[in-house]
This record gives sequence, structure tokens and C-alpha cells, in this order.
Amino acid sequence: MGLDPVLLAQLTLNGIATGAIYGLVALGLVLTYKATEVLNFAQGDLLVAGAFIGWALIALGGVPYPLAAVITVVAVGALACGLEAGVVRRIAGQPQFSGVMLTIALAFMLRGLISMVFGPDSRSLPTPFTGQTVWLGPVAISAPSLVVIVVAGFVTLLAFGLLRATTLGVAIQAASQNQLAAYLSGIPVKRLNSFVWAGAGAVAGLCGLLLAPMTLVDLSLWTVLLKALAAMVLGGFGSIPGALVGGLLIGLIEQFSGVFMPDGIKDIVAYIVLIGVLMLRPHGLFGEAHGRRV
Amino acid sequence: MRFRYHTRYSDARKLLPWTEGRVAYLLLVLALIAAPFVLQRFWVGELSYIFILAIASLGLMILKGYTGQVSLGPAAFVAIGAYAHALMLDAGVPFAVSLCLTLIISGAAGLMIGLPAIRVSGLSLAMMTLAFAVIVEHVLGRWKTLTGGFSGLPVETPVLFGFRLGTPTAFYFLCLAILIITLLGLVNLMRGPKGRAFVAVRDSEAAAWGLGIDVARTRVEAFVLSSAILGLSGALMAHHVQHLTPEGFGLLLSLELVLMVVIGGLGSLRGALLGAVLIGFLPRLISMAKPLLPAQVSAQFGLEIFAYGLVLAVFVLFEPRGLEGRWQKTKAFLTSFPVYRRDTFRRQKTYMRSERLK
Amino acid sequence: MSLFEFDAVTLSFGGITAIRNLSFHVEKGEIFAIIGPNGAGKTSVLNVVSRVFDPNEGQIRFDGRDITKVPRKGVADLGIARTFQNLELFERASVIDNLRLGRHRFERGGTWQSLFNLPSHGRREDEAREAVEAIIDLLDLSPWREAMVGSLPYGVRKVVELGRALALEPKLLFLDEPASGLNSEETRDLSFWIEDIRRDLGITIVMVEHDMSLVSAVADRVLCMNLGSRLALGTPSEVQANADVIAAYLGT
Repeated sequence: MGLDPVLLAQLTLNGIATGAIYGLVALGLVLTYKATEVLNFAQGDLLVAGAFIGWALIALGGVPYPLAAVITVVAVGALACGLEAGVVRRIAGQPQFSGVMLTIALAFMLRGLISMVFGPDSRSLPTPFTGQTVWLGPVAISAPSLVVIVVAGFVTLLAFGLLRATTLGVAIQAASQNQLAAYLSGIPVKRLNSFVWAGAGAVAGLCGLLLAPMTLVDLSLWTVLLKALAAMVLGGFGSIPGALVGGLLIGLIEQFSGVFMPDGIKDIVAYIVLIGVLMLRPHGLFGEAHGRRV
Repeated sequence: MRFRYHTRYSDARKLLPWTEGRVAYLLLVLALIAAPFVLQRFWVGELSYIFILAIASLGLMILKGYTGQVSLGPAAFVAIGAYAHALMLDAGVPFAVSLCLTLIISGAAGLMIGLPAIRVSGLSLAMMTLAFAVIVEHVLGRWKTLTGGFSGLPVETPVLFGFRLGTPTAFYFLCLAILIITLLGLVNLMRGPKGRAFVAVRDSEAAAWGLGIDVARTRVEAFVLSSAILGLSGALMAHHVQHLTPEGFGLLLSLELVLMVVIGGLGSLRGALLGAVLIGFLPRLISMAKPLLPAQVSAQFGLEIFAYGLVLAVFVLFEPRGLEGRWQKTKAFLTSFPVYRRDTFRRQKTYMRSERLK
Repeated sequence: MSLFEFDAVTLSFGGITAIRNLSFHVEKGEIFAIIGPNGAGKTSVLNVVSRVFDPNEGQIRFDGRDITKVPRKGVADLGIARTFQNLELFERASVIDNLRLGRHRFERGGTWQSLFNLPSHGRREDEAREAVEAIIDLLDLSPWREAMVGSLPYGVRKVVELGRALALEPKLLFLDEPASGLNSEETRDLSFWIEDIRRDLGITIVMVEHDMSLVSAVADRVLCMNLGSRLALGTPSEVQANADVIAAYLGT
């Protein structure tokens, strides 16, 4: 089989688009994980909440898309902030596994609530760019995918810049390494944690708005969390650029394996790669190994 | 308040030192033996299912509760056990032999994932087991020639020493017997050197190495033991559902099993059983509660998953030691009344010590 | 031949040389202390012995055997026990079980006997319990026998860790800052125990310690380290009088 350069370019572009979504969800995971040591399994359901809120605003409320997007992002951010301040904060200092369990519980409750409010049907999200295609030379890309790539790049730069270059970012980093010490040096740790969760929630809401036009507004959208987790682990479990690169890698591997590998591999290739990477490099592709001091 | 006075070291090894305890457990076993003759058919089946869940929960408790290795994909091993058993019965392997082989096969599957997992722990291990479970589910759906894919695989009726165990009552006793045997074996193992080594690996790997415990090997052993028991429960599960489909062994079953050990109370076999009973009955409790709820709530499809989440959240927040912890507290309250001090079980406030650098 | 010999050992990791061509030896029945400022490489010495790290160069001989060739789990079998600077106890197990785990090297095998709770298993368990009770008596731990270690006060936990190391029935015992976090009364108890352990149990002791009062009270010889190398070696009073040691502690 000759390799068609147009096909390759097309696959790469599709891979980058899906990968950007994975990376963006993973970015939200990394943010909360770094700041509060909680791996947020509810991130996928926050994303679903974003998709449904956006749909309700646009399809039911007739709100114009840009305004609906802003409202959704703010709403999901506020929801995440409320979850942190009201629930997750109570388990600070407990083992990581408690955080996993608690956020799984929150995910279940969110999913249950969403399905109670909206019912089990799936629906499509009308946006100004739904169904449109952009041609870059001979390569086609759907407009929603293009939006995803642009937004993902922008958000990553924003998050990275915020953590690296501002006082706020330094405070977050300090709190993530030692909450007690940070608290004693006058950093408002609780408020910072809520802030980070709000930010991660906003990213989740954004992801919901970006993902829904590519597929449908549906409860099963939460499963993108599994791919994002894989991306996060590949990227080294706590690194923002790592999460994005991990997401892109998984998106690309999926697209290419769909064409070049036997049928059915596409769905599980992300997980095979995940296991392989963990076997060979237990701290991910970009993570550093830390020995524990005794 | 009571104290145990030992006059010989062997006194300390007694499982049930008090007469009340012995009587209580005897009554429980008698009640369970009488149950199928009293209860309706439906409830006999329900109880059998809870016994099966309890076996699986015990298996997972060994891995998570005793060795501290997080698995988010235990359903994969249940599935491997179920399919292996069903296929062997199909091929004409006798029931008892097939059950033993199922133990070995699912144990070997545990070795397959346990060996590479030596180097990862904590959340990475959770991710790895989760990924393994997703892969197993997909393979079962895709490998149609072997598993029948999504259209499913019928399971033959168990035949033990010439007796067909087709009736709900016969199957009930089969599950109960296997549960009791598994439980007693694990109770013995966990209070012996092996169980102590598991706990050592969970609480401090550095100290465990220093005492001559082969940490890597112990972790793999726990994986193998746990998967073998999960596989065993899978074999019984196959008979319970009678028709195997991959969806039955998805993420939801994995999470249900994890819920059982967490809600039951990590590090306790009794907790594993209590958790299985609570989570196993939860769907029934919810359907019983439905008539009491307003119609627009009770008709909703998401109610069940919401209830799972709520129960889990309540336990993580308010009773992190699970049902077992509640049991201990109640017992302490009753035996030390009226001088019970709430602070006996209070946890020390710990500030976050990052586990990331472990 | 000495019981324990550290022979020209160098250890470096992550761009740091933690131990630089260090040699010393410990005689049988001796109490040997290692002192030095923070970051001098004292704990690294212990970690090399318990095979947490592989030394880059040099040999560590115990009873004439090079233990750098021994696997990590095999160190205990040679009769070398250790405690940890920041306590590495099995927090969610009872004091009894912690001490029983100290005897793990005598308890290997017997899995099937324990699975079926055979009489031979019961006898083994009772023997182990008897040995552990002797340590409980020695260290006055009987009030805490059944308590979960995680619920004990810090001073008691340190004693439990010492007891666990003794349960291994070692020939050579490494103590990593045994007095840190203890009050003066507890430290005094500790110094009595250390002498008892040497005299009654015949165990050779190497301890890393900052508390000079404890070191002067019990140690026969002291090694002072700085930046991974040997600064001085001699009796406690000799080392305390050494000009290099004073300079290292006070700065120049």
C-alpha cells in the first residue's frame, strides 16, 4: 500500500484535533492534581454538564452561541469551585485513594443528576460552525475540530503562563508542594484550591462545548476521561505540557491505528500504549523518577 | 468493658474467643442454611448473587485492603474466570475440575498484570488496571469465535458428582459453601505470616525490605491470589447470569467491587462481606424506596447511579473506615457504655504530605 | 577480622557524591556511632548497607561476606537489622504484629499449613509469640501490646521500631537517629536499653546520632563524617576535641 501524503496529512490533522480534546481534559486533571493532590474522576462528568448546559442555553433558551459559551464556562467553573469548597476540601490530608473514591462518588452523583434532569436521550449541539468544513489545500478539517485545536493551544499557553509567570502561579506551586508550609507563609491555601478547581472546571465546561459539536450531547461523553487519564499518565502525571503532548500522542496513535492496524484496535490502542509505557517508564514519558527518602 | 485473659499463647489464636460470638456466628450460619426453604425463589437467587459478590469482594480486599495496591479493574479477572469456566464446561470439562482450572487461569492472568505492575504503584497502578479492564472488555466483545461477542455465550448448568445443581436452592448452597471455604482460608492466611507480609508491604515498603520480605514478590503474590479469587467468583457469576455478555463485566462492575471494599472498610475481611451485602442489596433497596419518592424522581433512570454516588460519598466523608469501622465503634460503644469516649476512634488531623514523591 | 568492614565505598546519585571513598570497621560487641552535620552522608551509609542503593565502588563486608552482592531482601537473613530516621512502622497493624514481622526471616514458608490452620502452624505461631513477648518485656511495651501502632505516641513508636529490629535477632543493629524527637527521660531510657542490648543480647550496634550526650554515654568509638568522607575517628572525647570536627560543625 503506497502512503498517500494527503491521507497522512488528513490523519495527522484529525489526530491533533481529537488529541487536543484529550490533552485539554488532561490539563484540567493535572491542574487539580497538582494543587490539591486529588485526581478528579468527576472531570468527565463536569464536561458532560458543560455540554448539557450549553445545549439547554442554545437550544431551549435561544441564547446566542458566544454568550452561551461564556455562561457555560462560568457555570461549570462555579460548580467545580463549589464541589471543592463544599466537599473535596474535607478530605485534605487523607490518602490519594480517598480522593479517587470521593470524586468517583461525585461523578456518579453528577451523572445521575444530569440524567434525571435531561433524560437519557442524546441531542446535537447547534453552533455557528457545526457541520462546516475548512479546506487547507487538499486536506479537509471540520470546523469544530479546527476550533478545538486553536482553543486548546490558547488555553494551554494561558495555564502555563499563569503558573510560571505570575505570583498567583508561584503561590499555587508552593501550596501544591507543602500546604502547611504555604499556609504558614501567608498563602490563602483554601481559596487557592477553590480557584484552581474553578479553573479546571471551566476547562471541563469548555471541553464539553468543544466536544459536543464533534459528536453528540450525550451522557457517554464522560468516557473521554479515560483517554485523558491515559494522556496524563503518558505525560508524567503532573506536567501541563506533558498532558497536552500525551493527549496529542494518543489522538495521533488512535487515528493512525484506525487505518493501519486491524479492525477494533483503534478503541483500545490508547490503553495498550498506556500499559506499555508504564511498564517501561513507570513515571511516564516526561516524568522524573523520585526515590523515596528513608 | 471486657478484657481477655490469656493463660496460653494458643488462647490468642482463637478466632472466636467469646461465647456470644460463637453463638452469633452459629445462628447466622443456621439462618443462611434455612433461608432457601423459607424465602421466595427471587430472594434465593438474590442471596446467591450476594454470596458471589462477597467472594469477589474478598478477592479485591486482599489486593487493595491488605497489600494496598489500587485496582480499578477487578471486573477483568471476574470476566476471565467467567469465560474460562463457561468455555471449559462447553468443552466437556467436569464442573469441579473446571472450577480448579479457573482458579489457575485467572491467577495466571493476575500474574500477567502483576509482574509488570511491580514497578508502578498508587495512581499509576490504578490507571494500569483500569486500562487492562477496558482492554479485556473490548477483546471479549471482539473475539466472536471464542466468546460469541456481544450476542453472548450460554453457560451450562453445573453438575457436581452427578448431581445437577440447576435449581436456585442447589445453586444457593454451592455459592454459600464456596464463600465459606474461601472466607475461612483467607482468615487463616491473613492472620499468618503471609497476611502479615501483605500488611507490611502496604504500610512501609522500606521497612518490609529491611526485615527480609521480598516486596516485589509479595506484591505479585497478592495480585495472583486476588485474581484467582475474583476468577472463582466469575465462574459462579457465569452460572448466575447463565448467558455471558461483555457488558456484564464492564467498568460498572469494577467500580461496584471497588465500592464494596471501600464502603466495607479497607483491611478487613468482615468489611469485604459487609460491603458486598450493602452494595448487593442497594438496587433492591432503591426499588423498594421508589414508591415512597415523588413520581418525577422515582421514574428517573439516573436515580440508581446517583444513589451509588451518594452512599460512597457519605462513607468517604463521614466513615472512612467503612462499615467495619462503624461495627467496631458500635461494639466499643456497647461494651464500654456509659463511659464510651468518642475520641477513641478520632483520627489525627494530618496535613497534606505529598504522596507524589513516593 | 572485624565483624563489619566498610572498605573504600563511594556512592553517588543524581550528581551528588553522598559517600566518598569511606572506610571504617566495627568490631564485634562494639557500640559505634556515626556523627556529622546534616547532609554528611550518614543515612546513606545505612542505606547502602540495607541495599537501598548500590555503591559505585568499594566493598562492604559482614562476617567476611561482601554484602553488596546480596539481594535486598537477603540482608536481614545475614543478621543485620536497622531502624529508620523518620519511623517506618506498619501503622495499621498492632504492636504485636509489628514485632512478629520482625521475625519474618524465621517465618518463611508454611503458607499451606497456615491456610489450613494445621497444628504445626499453631506451634510455630506460639513459638514466635513467645520470642516476641521477651522483647515486649525487655522494652516495657506490655501496655501497648494490642494497640494499633498508628495511634501510639511518638516516643513509644520509636521503641516499637527498636523492638521490631531486635525481633529479627540480629548480630549487627543499625540505629538511625534513635534519640531524635525523644525527651531527655526517654533518651536516658534509650541509653540504658542500648547498653542492655549489647551486654545481654550480644548485639553489635552502629548508630547514627546527633545527640552528643547519648553518643558520649554509650559509644565506644565515633566516626565523624562531612561531605561523604571521614573527618575523624576515635573515642568520643577524641573526636569532640578534634579541630576539623569543630570547624565542620561551627563553620569556618
